[in-house]
Amino acid sequence: MADTPLPAPEFPMPRSAKCPFDPPPELTKLREQGPLTKVRLWDGTEPWLVTTYAQQRALLGDPRVSADPDTPGYPTKATPAAGEGKLSFVMMDDPEHARLRRMVTAPFAIKKVEALRPAVQTIVDGLIDDLLAGPNPADLVEAFALPLPSLVICELLGVPYDDHDFFQDNTKTMVRRTATPDERAAASREIGGYLGELIGRRLTDPRDDLISGIAARITAGELDHRQATEMALLLLIAGHETTANMIALGTLALLRNPDQLALLRESDDPKFVAGAVEELLRYLHITHLGRRRAVTGDIEIAGRTIKAGEGVILVNEIGNRDPEVFPDPDRLDLTRDARRHVAFGFGVHQCLGQPLARVELQVVYGTLYKRLPGLRAAIPFEDVRFKNDAFIYGVHELPVTW
Amino acid sequence: MKVELDTDKCVASGQCVLTAMDVFDQDDDGIVVLLAEEPGADQLDDVREAVAVCPAAAIRLVEK
Ligand code: SF4
Repeated sequence: MADTPLPAPEFPMPRSAKCPFDPPPELTKLREQGPLTKVRLWDGTEPWLVTTYAQQRALLGDPRVSADPDTPGYPTKATPAAGEGKLSFVMMDDPEHARLRRMVTAPFAIKKVEALRPAVQTIVDGLIDDLLAGPNPADLVEAFALPLPSLVICELLGVPYDDHDFFQDNTKTMVRRTATPDERAAASREIGGYLGELIGRRLTDPRDDLISGIAARITAGELDHRQATEMALLLLIAGHETTANMIALGTLALLRNPDQLALLRESDDPKFVAGAVEELLRYLHITHLGRRRAVTGDIEIAGRTIKAGEGVILVNEIGNRDPEVFPDPDRLDLTRDARRHVAFGFGVHQCLGQPLARVELQVVYGTLYKRLPGLRAAIPFEDVRFKNDAFIYGVHELPVTW
Repeated sequence: MKVELDTDKCVASGQCVLTAMDVFDQDDDGIVVLLAEEPGADQLDDVREAVAVCPAAAIRLVEK
């Protein structure tokens, strides 16, 4: 008798309300059954889901795996509502991807980013001063987590201080949950126009900042003005929601694990704080809907063949909970060595901004809980609203008191 | 043991520098530069970790 194949499970799957920090229980079960399985998307297509750490890294590092959404087989968006366009080199393959990405790698080199650390510390201290001077309780997302990446990217791009307010208001609108699509588009046009103009000014009057670096590529004939503006906009947007959600969701996770929070509050060791950031990145893994790719040549994996023209989804949040690599993976343990996590992805598309994200998070986690030793949530845990349907996972707001 | 780089593959993530600062550096564009071609025994663990975390498989550790 022929087996009737079980229908492929639907993806994405819901998280359990009991532990909103853990990946959906069904995903964990699928990983336990093997590295590869088919899932069904909202539109009825059935890409492969890759669940184990080793296979995810192998595939993300394989040149037969394409990040270009126009490649046949590329899995459709995770939800019908998740509308993202083609974002510069993030959605291109080599060699064009490498050509464009290399134009903006310079400011993210470790030493350049380290040189920004004092500026990041000043920004964090200033935001905490404002928080302490303002109303108590306050929403940590609005008052701290969102403005931080905005101010840091201003510093990096070289946005003049006088324009901070304009710049911050518009970036806030671009990432604000309650903004209408029209409001968002208008803010994005404003910022795009602003960045285009700033690039124009730096063409004739270059400084030591990222915008001047991008402008120099126009002079060298490697980019036109539009491509340059798109690139600046990509860099601006990419670090916002991600860092902000790591701060807010991370704080909530620490408040739920007071022994771990105490470790951070009491440590003066930058190495420990850096390690704690890696563990929080591993444990929270806010890019929770999987990385999508299309396969351009047959690939053998775990005794099966993924064929050219098929789609794959790599759920790195499950890879980061793979017990083969991280023992007792569902425990938040700031003392473990979590550096091999794949929260920033893997392969040539691994997050370009990760050195900057690390410095921001290290400064935040090393400062916030020391300056607000009595920090606690101002609403019951059950009332916290998690971003289950958003592309980046986190909390909508986090009212805190101290 | 000898370190070999494939700088064409490097995506300038700086993971190697964070892991083994005495062995790896980055040029002005963030591309990996080798400081110690034949790292000492006490550096080998860090180099192995750098090989493991390099997202682009740009680093190899080979027997001489
Ligand atoms: S870790 Fe790999 S990709 Fe990153 S800078 Fe070093 S060699 Fe390049």
